[in-house]
Amino acid sequence: MTTAAATAPAGTRPSTRPAAPAGTDRSAREVYRDTIAGLLPAEDRLVVLDSDTGLFSGVDFRGGRERYLNLGIAEHTLMGAAAGLAREGRIPVVNTMAAFAASRALEAVKLDIALGGLPVLIAATHSGVSAGHLGPTHHALEDLASMRVLPRMTVVVPGDAAQTAELLRQALASGGPVYFRLGRGATPALPAGAGPVRLGEAQILRRGTDITLAACGPYPVLAALEAAELLAADGVSANVLHLHTVKPLDTPALLEALGDQRTVITVEEHWAAGGFGSAVAEELSARRPVQVHRIAMPDAFVPVAGGQRLLLERAGVSARSVAESARRALGTSQGGTR
Amino acid sequence: MSSPPLLRGTPPPAPSTADRPVGPSEGVSRGAEDLSEVTTRIREHIVTMCASPEGGHLGGSMSLVEILAVLYFRVLRHDPGFPGLPERDVLLLSKGHGGIGLFATLCEAGYFPASELDGYARPGSHFTAHPHPGIPGVEMPSGSLGHGLAVGTGHALAHRLERSDRRCFVVMGDGELQEGSVWEAASVASAQRLGRLTAIVDRNGLQISGATEAVGALEPLADRWRAFGWRVLEADGHDTGALTEALSLAPDPHRPTVLIAHTVKGKGVAPIEGQARSHYARLGRRQQLALLKALRADAEARR
Repeated sequence: MTTAAATAPAGTRPSTRPAAPAGTDRSAREVYRDTIAGLLPAEDRLVVLDSDTGLFSGVDFRGGRERYLNLGIAEHTLMGAAAGLAREGRIPVVNTMAAFAASRALEAVKLDIALGGLPVLIAATHSGVSAGHLGPTHHALEDLASMRVLPRMTVVVPGDAAQTAELLRQALASGGPVYFRLGRGATPALPAGAGPVRLGEAQILRRGTDITLAACGPYPVLAALEAAELLAADGVSANVLHLHTVKPLDTPALLEALGDQRTVITVEEHWAAGGFGSAVAEELSARRPVQVHRIAMPDAFVPVAGGQRLLLERAGVSARSVAESARRALGTSQGGTR
Repeated sequence: MSSPPLLRGTPPPAPSTADRPVGPSEGVSRGAEDLSEVTTRIREHIVTMCASPEGGHLGGSMSLVEILAVLYFRVLRHDPGFPGLPERDVLLLSKGHGGIGLFATLCEAGYFPASELDGYARPGSHFTAHPHPGIPGVEMPSGSLGHGLAVGTGHALAHRLERSDRRCFVVMGDGELQEGSVWEAASVASAQRLGRLTAIVDRNGLQISGATEAVGALEPLADRWRAFGWRVLEADGHDTGALTEALSLAPDPHRPTVLIAHTVKGKGVAPIEGQARSHYARLGRRQQLALLKALRADAEARR
């Protein structure tokens, strides 16, 4: 926890800071913080429960000050207390790291929050390998699996900072439990032109006829887009879908994009077992005779230092791997890549 | 940020006035009537549920009877006809294996008719051995130990934000205190100075495999709670007068309160009193009738 405090922007007043210019890398975590700081004074039902992360250090909540509660390093208690507050009509935002929200406090999330269908937003930062050099204790590559199996839970992974603000507002208004998966550092903005972002609805970033690339998370979406370019150079036309909502999954959009295609490549920042690709495979297997190939983190911990992008690329979550997987799949399932 | 209200639903209730719409709370005169008829009937329900095909958690429900009776009949502000009453005090049974004790008490308090208890543990019934909010009057699911105090902390935080004089009571087992999450929540509640939060420990001294002190020692228990910053009260957990007095004390505004209620596991069922094996029982028809007869005889003798 001290590591998080050390990296937090102490002394800043983020809610009044000017927005970064378009096209600049921005941190979804900071945008989430700024959005919450802006909403808290006017939204009486909101209560922020913090776990000594330091993310909100120096933030002036103005009239909402008493509804920001740093309860200390106690993730189970945060989840339980959030449930109690929600049962009293509040909408708690639990601020912690993905690793602690999704594993350490999982039973409290399951029994205290999900079982009651309570409106608690779990803001899980440092997800995937975004904690980078902080090491395997701070990586969360299991969280989509543990959260998406819980009945009533909505699972959201914003694709970039701009989407974070929009999806956060929609998630808070959803009336039920939400796992809101965020990274740590700045990530690139997704290209414009995908249209408005709506909770539960896939974004179609590119239309293609041969294969569908379905991605979840900032770098996976960028990898899918770049892979589509690589494939286009080979004469392969690829759909690129961004599924920021893992649960409920927008299966109709996937089926519509697929048409009579036979191959889906999924891309995610999560262990291959049980994550986004597994969710896609589960949904499609009973509906279409398709192959689902998962580009995801291999079945191993990551006990080495490195930035988020580097760790992903070293593990094979990259545009090159996606394009290779697509070529292989088309080669075997359709007899050649044209 | 000047956005329109984002979040649907009703806002939290306005700060409560000191009105006490229903039920007693501290400072209010309490029914002087004896609770022994109520506690006898609660025990009869427990015995009958333990004689159902699935059996039930007998010992730890029997030890709870006076605690729950005093809460629902003497202390809590509540309305059986309106379980969601906004002004109600909140009771969380964190030791979920006392579920049949809670169901029996809720039934006697008027939350549902006794006929509903006939469905206990039968296929399709909402009455599972461990409580959940599908049952009228039950505030939270419990059964996995070590959850209630954190949830109670959340209720107490909400009550404080509302400037309300509502109280929250969390009933725990003593074996339950072996769960680390209890002490995590104890620290948070103390640091937050949640004076209107009261924990009650059903200190019957036994858990499934034997004495708590042999399995996972808890003593010195009162000192432990004091060290965590709590006000500590102790009482005979089967003395309704002593329990009423302890639970009616004005809250300490600066710290939460724990009442260590010294109880006997299996209380009221002489052959199993004070024995760990009373934890779960499937009673035969003959045992059931004998126990009901003994409970009734005890009640008559006390008159």
